[in-house]
Amino acid sequence: MNYLCLPWLVMAATLSLLPTGASALPYLPKSDDQILERLPLAPSDPVAREVRILRQELASQPGRLDLAVQLARRYTELGRVRGDPRFTGYAQAALANWWEQPEPPSEVLLVRATLRQRSHDFAAALADLDELIRRNPRDGQARLSRATILQVQGDYTAAASECAVLRRLASEVVWAACAYGLAGSNGQLRESYAALAALLARQPDARPEVKAWVLSMLAEMAARAGMNDAAEAHFRAALAIDREDHYLLTAYADWLLDQQRPAEVVRLLEAQQRTDALLLRHALALRALDSPLAGGEIEQLRARFAASRLRGDRAHLREEARFTLDLLGDHPQALALARENWSVQKEVPDLRLLLQASLAAGDAASLADVRRWLSRSRSEDVVIGRLLPKELP
Amino acid sequence: MSNFALLRRLTHGLLLLCLVLAAPAASAHKPSDSYLTLQWSEAGLDGQWDIALRDLDYALGLDDNQDGVITWGELRAHHADIAAYALARLAVSAGGRDCPLRVVEHLVDDHSDGAYAVLRLAAACGSTSDVLRVNYRLFFDLDPQHRGLLRLESGGQTRTAIFSNTLPVQQFIASETGGMRQFLDYTAHGVWHIWLGFDHLLFLLSLLLPAVLIRVDRAWVGAERFGDAFRDVVKVVTAFTLAHSITLSLAALDVVQLPSRWVESAIAASVILAALNNLFVVAGGSRWLFAFAFGLIHGFGFASVLADLGLPHDALLLALVAFNVGVEVGQLAVVAAFLPLAWLLRRQWIYRQGALAGGSLLVIALASVWLVERAFDLKLTL
Repeated sequence: MNYLCLPWLVMAATLSLLPTGASALPYLPKSDDQILERLPLAPSDPVAREVRILRQELASQPGRLDLAVQLARRYTELGRVRGDPRFTGYAQAALANWWEQPEPPSEVLLVRATLRQRSHDFAAALADLDELIRRNPRDGQARLSRATILQVQGDYTAAASECAVLRRLASEVVWAACAYGLAGSNGQLRESYAALAALLARQPDARPEVKAWVLSMLAEMAARAGMNDAAEAHFRAALAIDREDHYLLTAYADWLLDQQRPAEVVRLLEAQQRTDALLLRHALALRALDSPLAGGEIEQLRARFAASRLRGDRAHLREEARFTLDLLGDHPQALALARENWSVQKEVPDLRLLLQASLAAGDAASLADVRRWLSRSRSEDVVIGRLLPKELP
Repeated sequence: MSNFALLRRLTHGLLLLCLVLAAPAASAHKPSDSYLTLQWSEAGLDGQWDIALRDLDYALGLDDNQDGVITWGELRAHHADIAAYALARLAVSAGGRDCPLRVVEHLVDDHSDGAYAVLRLAAACGSTSDVLRVNYRLFFDLDPQHRGLLRLESGGQTRTAIFSNTLPVQQFIASETGGMRQFLDYTAHGVWHIWLGFDHLLFLLSLLLPAVLIRVDRAWVGAERFGDAFRDVVKVVTAFTLAHSITLSLAALDVVQLPSRWVESAIAASVILAALNNLFVVAGGSRWLFAFAFGLIHGFGFASVLADLGLPHDALLLALVAFNVGVEVGQLAVVAAFLPLAWLLRRQWIYRQGALAGGSLLVIALASVWLVERAFDLKLTL
């Protein structure tokens, strides 16, 4: 039925979205009161005021490294929480005087590595982190970032040795999150979950952002293990700390979609669809509800992915592959995107996407890749387990 | 108002209503891009530049009443600032001369990540020179991840380019990359036409059939030396090429024009005469003269094909030469296949009676049908 509907939905969407589509015709607004744009940070917002003051101070003293780093960190954090790449660009601009240096000050290196990681330039990010660790082998933050990137790339051995070093450099909960998070993707899902949960329970005084981070990891581990009540409790506890964190919202929305609870996804994301990832979840939920609004969002996503292709941006491959698979139904193209994404990042959602795309496209070679990876990494995931066709003995 | 425009207006109205009722969050997140389109022609340079309101607000501050939304009134109040700011960061030169842009109209458009200011641009800078240099520096100081996405339309071609803080200056040479592409396109058309243009091939083959033979006592016998046959082929092909190149050029450059029905009929007649000449030999060793005379007619035929393809005004000569090269390449391929085969078979009955006599008769029959069709504008079904 979905396939029969699709052309109509797309057509309806195209018509309804003409004014916002990329190919719309320029127009002359009718009245001075017409609202054209809502700014992400209203000038009266305290965060906006803070960054504005920092910007002004830096503009008058462009050589002040401390101001530049402070502003860059502020923007980096805004970019992370809101998933807005423009803030990433502003952070880079704040460090302009140091950015191009081959060996900038360590504070700059750390921000630069974070921003490069965010745009999926993993090789450059790792180079910056290596330099940081060379300067100070006891740099816990650099080691944690390095472990994260290595895990995303699927280099579990190297990631594990970074986590091991962290034991002596960071708080217990940070070390545990690193180590158990990794072990949870390597054949010890339930044990790692139990250990990390017990450890967090013993740390009521952990900083809220660390707590939210560990809770989101616990939520995802529980979800992969099929412990649905625990997963939901962790997601809610994490969201209670930070209602706006787009990474958390994305993970929670994914879990709700897996639980066939699309109406809750729509409610959850009602005021939160600014990133490609969240808009995609919202559209998937609308589609699951057979809502006529789904078509408009599909068209909007199509325009966004087209725009990022135009600028040569490949940081959204995971989202684009899922969009192409689940909302466009273009199986060969979805498989190509899922494979390309897999060559960049190898987390469980990437593996699941590759599996779904290879099943949809009937591609035995990709399916064999998935099996090989599963037996090598010993990753566990209830959805992957359900989807994977049983091998004949 | 067209139905389409009406529909757009209606859906736009609905959207506004939705905005009021649902008050959704502001638009999407995307890295910062601007969209620059330039149309470059003899008449001058026109363009359109779409710049995100959010970026302009970050650079200039558009939200005068500090309420977190930008209205048309606020944007309008800043039009002069925006034009000055943007134009100070985009420099275009043509052939080394500066090409000062001016904003002729301010509009608004919606892209996937929100509203954009649309600046319609103009400059009195025709494509008299073939190098366009664009220096793009918008927002790189505020957001090094900003990109300028250029679409350059000139001479019937569209090129795209991305400006970044590491690549802010780019040059576009009208006759370089685009020219080469165009040349190959027209060459391909030329090859294609000689393959599809059966009449040209039959004319040439009819003239080439006797090249491997010599006339002894009013009868054909196989030639003794390959060199003689080869020289004969070269003479015929060169004469044909020279002749049709002359008339093709004259017609394409609008020096001489002949009615196409007349030309097409004459081409059919030339094929008949070339084949008849194999049966009742009039021009023997001097078939190259025959090839030259009728080649002039065939050139006009090629010219009408070229005219149908649509000649680029700024690259007329290039297209002409390329098309001619294509025709020659196609012709040489046929000759290269024909000559060795004919040479091998020249003493066989099948060649002298079958190919030369029978083939020529067949060609005469076919070309006669063409002649009648073309001269009287009929369609004969065989």
